[in-house]
Parts: sequence; structure tokens; C-alpha cells
Amino acid sequence: MTAKDAESVDWIARAGAKAKGRRPDYFEDPAIDRLLSLAMALTAEVSVLRERLDTVERLLEVKGGLNRADIESYMPDARAGEERGEATRGYIARVMRGFQQDVEAMANPDPPITFWVEKLSKE
Amino acid sequence: MSDLPPPYTALTRHPMLARTKHDEAARFNFLTHLNRYLSGVLGPGNRLAYDTRVLPDFQARHGRDPEHRYEIRDAMNQDQFHRTWSALKRNSMEMRQHNGRQTVLRQIDELDALARQFNEHSGMLELDPTIRQPDYQTAVDIHCQPGGYHGEERPGDVSAGANYDVGIFATTGGALGGLNDGGGQAVVAWAKKVRPDWDPKRILDIGCTVGHNAVPIALAYPGAEVIAIDTAGASLRYGAARAAGMGAKNIRFVQANGEDLSRYPDNHFDWVQTTMFLHELSAQAMPRLLSECYRVLKPGGLILHVEQPQYSASMPLFEQFMRDWDAFNNNEPFWSAMHGQDLKDVMARSGFAKDSQFVVGVRAVVDRSIFPAAETEEQEDYGRAAVWNAYGAWKAAAQEMAA
Repeated sequence: MTAKDAESVDWIARAGAKAKGRRPDYFEDPAIDRLLSLAMALTAEVSVLRERLDTVERLLEVKGGLNRADIESYMPDARAGEERGEATRGYIARVMRGFQQDVEAMANPDPPITFWVEKLSKE
Repeated sequence: MSDLPPPYTALTRHPMLARTKHDEAARFNFLTHLNRYLSGVLGPGNRLAYDTRVLPDFQARHGRDPEHRYEIRDAMNQDQFHRTWSALKRNSMEMRQHNGRQTVLRQIDELDALARQFNEHSGMLELDPTIRQPDYQTAVDIHCQPGGYHGEERPGDVSAGANYDVGIFATTGGALGGLNDGGGQAVVAWAKKVRPDWDPKRILDIGCTVGHNAVPIALAYPGAEVIAIDTAGASLRYGAARAAGMGAKNIRFVQANGEDLSRYPDNHFDWVQTTMFLHELSAQAMPRLLSECYRVLKPGGLILHVEQPQYSASMPLFEQFMRDWDAFNNNEPFWSAMHGQDLKDVMARSGFAKDSQFVVGVRAVVDRSIFPAAETEEQEDYGRAAVWNAYGAWKAAAQEMAA
């Protein structure tokens, strides 16, 4: 092993290092904590894929062709940035719908549906 | 313009900023939007859960209202909505660190070489290997940044500072501006407004990390000599190179501990500044540090601490609980106790007479054509909003002290 190798950093392994300090347990079953981390990472990656596709579409539209360096260095102008931001906002609203509707339900609570089933069967 | 956060690529690419590939920038874009969603859309669910079930349940059990923010925390930590919200937020913080570290560590050779080049030529970096990292910096990795401010992936690297700089955009939703320096810019704008002709010669910034907030002061007062200190050499190496890359010349990054400023004589500085720093100390360290601030500050000089608002008796307990989230969920262990103190009393005990003190609200100063305004109170992401309180004092002049 050369001196340089000895100093080289396995960047993928080290990037995932855990921060010192015990992580709170958010759910009774630790498997749910792990699954949420997995789901959120995947959610992020879909957003990244969608943004990359948008970049490809915009480059193709303007240039008619593509090279990967252009994708890596792409910087949206103000209008494209706004459109992409709006798309990301919409995407997050879709994947987070269950949590958002939970908040709405707390703000405007409804009785169980059986309440209405019984009530309307009589009135 | 809309209130959408700008894309990550709107950040100013100063020479030391780690270069992001397309997908790395896109991950930060996702996290920026996610954080705004968690605070703006889902955040109000915490209040609803509290009002509709947690508080009524507490009252039924105890026959009274909660008397401390910790009682609210214990009760809310049993609530399924708050737990889920906290878990989402914690993951977002962890994902920001992960993406920042992947970005930085894959190019660490280039970043280290560039930093070395800047630092050898600028003479703006002064490290002191005898400085020990205080326990309050090493107990846990602050705000879940692996390695904290001081950690190294290999001796002498800049990974800690580079990761801090590359990702702060995502956690603040772009509210700190193109150079993440909206806090420092706000301090400068305030000082220029209240003392337009002030010409400070020596300025000390304590707990500077990568110098986000010290560099704007140096650039705004080119006639001043700015000393930016921190215990973390890893952050200073990056910060000094970052400042040099931005063309700052009148600032030095010095490895030192603010609890012991014995290298500087009494009455030495015209201005002593800390920005979002006091909450990273400890109960014993904070008064020691403030006493040193008082000692090295010239009579007539300015001390200014920029922080999130303290928990006063007039702040509702629920808001205190929400503002405390980072202490228990984002590795900020002194956050809660620090904000629970009356900083005016603490400063008074360090020598700053109460009638010399003031508190002023400051908002991040950023390029509004690109970056969003800081949140309104309703959608504030407690603990991260670019709206602060500055706790300050003009040290009494010599004749007043003698009187």
C-alpha cells in the first residue's frame, strides 16, 4: 500500500457515517424507523430522477442533442428553476398526502362513517 | 417572484465550495422543499395534536396545565403525529448530511489541495495543535453532522467545513442567501444603520466555524482587522481558504478557545461578535466565555450575540417546546438550557451593566431577487428561521465605569 492509498478515503463508506449521539426511537417497532429511512431515501431518489429527466428534456429541446457533461453542469435559469421548483413542490405534496390529510383531519374531525350510516338509515 | 426556494445552483460558487454533480444538487433541491413542507404544511399538525388530544389528556390525568416545556415534550412524545413528524424531520437532517458528505468526500483530494494552496499563500490561517476540543463539542456530533465541526477523515483535511458549507442551503431553505451569509450581512446592515460613521479597528468573531458570518463583517469594514476563532481546526482550514477565495484580506482564522482569550490583552477589541454560537457551549463554559468577551472588549466597544429568541416567561410553553426540538432530536444538547436562561442576566454577571444592554430583532439580508424572504411567524421552522434576536451591549466607557 502506498502512502497515498493509506490516506485515501473510501468516500461512499465514510459518507454514511453515523453521527455520534444515540438516535431517538420514534416508533415502538425499530423496523418502522428503518423502513421510514428507506422510504424517504427512495422518495428523494425519485425526485432526483424526475429532475434529471427534466434537464434532459430541456437540453434536447434547446440543442437537439445531448452530452453528459451538459447534464452535470446544467443550471436552470430563473424561469426553469421556478418550473422545476413547482414540480418538486407538487411531487412532495403527492407523496406526503397521507400525513397532510392527517393534519386536515385533526383540524376538521369527522365522526366514524358508521355514525352516518346509522343516522341516514333512520332519517 | 414566487415564494419557492431557488434551485441549489443559485448558490454563489466561490472557489472552495464543493462542486455538485447534477444529482447531488437535485438531492439538495428535494431536501430544501421537503424541509419547507415539514415546517409549513405538516408543522401546524403539532399544534393541532396538542390542542385536540395531548393537552386534554394531560389535563385529565394531572388536573392542571403543563408547567414546563419538558412536560409538554414528554406528552407530545407519546403522540403518534408528533412522533412521525419528528421522524420525518430527523431523517431529513440525516439525508442532508449524507448527501453533503458524499459530495465532499468524493472530491476531498481536490478540496484539500485547493485549501492548502489558499492557506499557504494567504497567511490567514493560524492553527494551534495544543487547543483541546471541549467536551461540549465532542459529547455528540452537533446537529447530526458526523464528526462535528472538528472531525477529520484524514489528518489535515477540510471535510468538516466543506460539508457544513455545501449543505446549509437545504436546511435553511435558501433563506441565508447565495453565500449562506445572510446572518453576517444582517449584523453589518444593523451596525451601519445605528453607527453609520463607526470605524472599528479590531473585531473578534468567536465560534466562527467556516466564517460565513465573519467574512461579511471583514468585507464591510476593510479598515478593520478581523480575528475569527474556533476550537475546530478542521472548520478553520476550510473557512480561511473560503475567505481567501472570496478575496477577503483583513481576516485571520485562529484556532483558539473563547473561554481563554489570554493571548489578547484587556480592552483590545472594538467589537466582539458571536453568531448562532452560544447554544453550542455548556452551562459552565458560557459565563466563562462571556467574561472573557467583556475583558478583551474596549470601553465603548460593541458586543453582539445573534441567537434564536430566548424562552422568556411571556413565550408560551408550547412554543418553547417546539423551539426545543433540536436539543433532543438534532444533537444540540445545550440548546434547551441555554435558551432557558435570561441572557441579559448572564451578560450582566459577565460585566455588561443592564442599562448598557439592548435586544434587537434581525432578519437575514439576502438578494431578494433570487432568495426567499425569511419565513413569517406562522410558517417558521423553529430553530432554523433566518430571523434572530441580537443580544448586545455597548461596553460602558472608562469614565462611566469609574463614576
